Amino acid sequence: MLDVLKIASRNLSRYRRRTFLTLLLIIIGMVAVVLFVAVTGSFKAMMVGQITDSVLGHLEVHRKGYVASIDNLPLNLNMQPRAMAKVEEALGQLHAVETFSPRVKLGAMFSNFVETTSIRVNGIDPAREAATVPLLPGRMLEGRKEGPLVDKGEILVPVLLARGMKTKVGDTVVLVATNRDGSVNGKTFVVRGVLESISGPGGRDGYIHIDDARALLRMQELEVSEVAIRLKDASRLAQVDARLTDALGAVTNEEGKPVLEVHTWADLSPFANLARMIDVMTVFIKVLLVSIVLVSVMNVMIMAVYERIREIGTISAMGTQPRRILSLFLSEGLLLGLIGTAASTLVSLAAIYALNAWSITFSFGTQQNLVLAPRIAASEVAAIAAMVVGVAAAASLQPAWKASRLDPITALRHV
Amino acid sequence: MSLVRADSLTKTYRSGGVEVEAIKNVEFAIEPASFVAFVGPSGSGKTTLLNMIGCLDRPTSGRLEVLDTDISALDRRAAARFRGQHLGFVFQDFNLIPVLTAYENIEYPLIMVQDWSPQKRRERVSRLLEAVGMADQAGKRPDQMSGGQKQRVAVARALVSDTQLVLADEPTANLDHETAHLIIALMKRMRDEFGTTFVFSTHDPKVMSEAEVTFMVEDGRIVSGGREVAHA
Repeated sequence: MLDVLKIASRNLSRYRRRTFLTLLLIIIGMVAVVLFVAVTGSFKAMMVGQITDSVLGHLEVHRKGYVASIDNLPLNLNMQPRAMAKVEEALGQLHAVETFSPRVKLGAMFSNFVETTSIRVNGIDPAREAATVPLLPGRMLEGRKEGPLVDKGEILVPVLLARGMKTKVGDTVVLVATNRDGSVNGKTFVVRGVLESISGPGGRDGYIHIDDARALLRMQELEVSEVAIRLKDASRLAQVDARLTDALGAVTNEEGKPVLEVHTWADLSPFANLARMIDVMTVFIKVLLVSIVLVSVMNVMIMAVYERIREIGTISAMGTQPRRILSLFLSEGLLLGLIGTAASTLVSLAAIYALNAWSITFSFGTQQNLVLAPRIAASEVAAIAAMVVGVAAAASLQPAWKASRLDPITALRHV
Repeated sequence: MSLVRADSLTKTYRSGGVEVEAIKNVEFAIEPASFVAFVGPSGSGKTTLLNMIGCLDRPTSGRLEVLDTDISALDRRAAARFRGQHLGFVFQDFNLIPVLTAYENIEYPLIMVQDWSPQKRRERVSRLLEAVGMADQAGKRPDQMSGGQKQRVAVARALVSDTQLVLADEPTANLDHETAHLIIALMKRMRDEFGTTFVFSTHDPKVMSEAEVTFMVEDGRIVSGGREVAHA
């Protein structure tokens, strides 16, 4: 086989310009795909990271039906302590879970004693919340950053609301909320900080201590609206989702129906569609690459067979078996793919290194100067390379088959 | 026992709806280690006869045995195997692989057909290069060789697989008289050295006179032949 590869490489070098142009097409195509995957992958990872690490966590657990009504923040769909204990027990058994944070969510009226507006409030355990969504403390634009994220009696106000209500750090404000029984309660808070807005859910969310939220709502029991979960390895999201869903499926009501449901960040964020769109575009770009490689390699191999018909006749007359002729031409296509892939990989990695060294910045939502850090997994490069080599070999199959089926006499007579 | 034996051999082609009888009821025999020429004008059927002996084409009727094998019974793969094991070819246009050196061209059938070990290949190719007087030109590619040198390499390539029968279709047609004579002499010497039967076609009377056995072919028939030619 090595000898056949050696002869195949000689044959490729016979038409240097044509081989070079074909390789160039493969290189341009593959480099474009690798760079696209690396850049969009980086953008996607950053975007997803912003959402999971600032607001949502990787997974969230709710009482069944809560997410469907999440715009109303329904207090009657909070998890009761018994259900919460089951959630904690299930999470404790999953080693992939790094930490989790219970939240009490409510809609309230926010007043600075002059004006009033609505606000979505998250009652949080400051330490657990900071561990679950570690980018949240970094979103504080003004205010005291030392100590816990928020103490009892304090509130973190979203910047849009703070500006609209002309509220500053240290001001006293009032939150008025209606509890699940319909009675209204109010509580004063000191503005601890102003939070940078993030696009999507959470853009108008304020944060108070979870005990304050329960007090404001006059909760008799330690109810929880949702549990945000952070995983040790985000790539195991689907696996943990399945296991957790399975574990919590055992928690049922009197009718035997599950009372809890698990959602991934993608289920909860509209940005998941953007991430999916990036994936679709990547597939489209890969299809384009397949077409480029297929057409260019097939073209060069068809030409090679046409120009070497007499030669094929000669080697056939010598007694070369059709499958050997097939393997010779397949090897030429394969070599084109292998050489093109090797060169493309080197060029792509150099380009990714250069882009990282260049430190290109961009904006996402209200966040400015995010550094584009293109990176691509070795497995992804290997998959693209395998695809190119496979397509190159497949593209040479038809010309190689034709060469192997040529009648030696006809081939020897060819002028 | 004859190396090649043809009985009532006929080959008919269909061309544009018309049947053309290229070989008509031919009978001949070729003995081992002989030096045989099929002689005749263009279109007389020499190449068709060589193609059939070389298992490149099949008779329409009659029987053709080469090395005790009825070649009509061979399918495409079996015919290729038979050619690779027993036959060698020399072409009018040399048909060397342009990207390979003289050495590699001779080695080519051993790689593509025989699958010999590198050591065995080296020994055999070196011997053939010596035999055809091309040992000092082993590294040259076809475009760096003269016509005579190319045909020497082609003869070596035809012999490399321990071939029993070499078929040469107009092997001297593209050579000047002096070189043609040298190539015929080389082929004869190879026959003597390796015991290989050489069968070639020609329409050149001077080349024809070099053959030990000639068959005159005209209009698809052997009009005379099988006779020893007296050498000058």
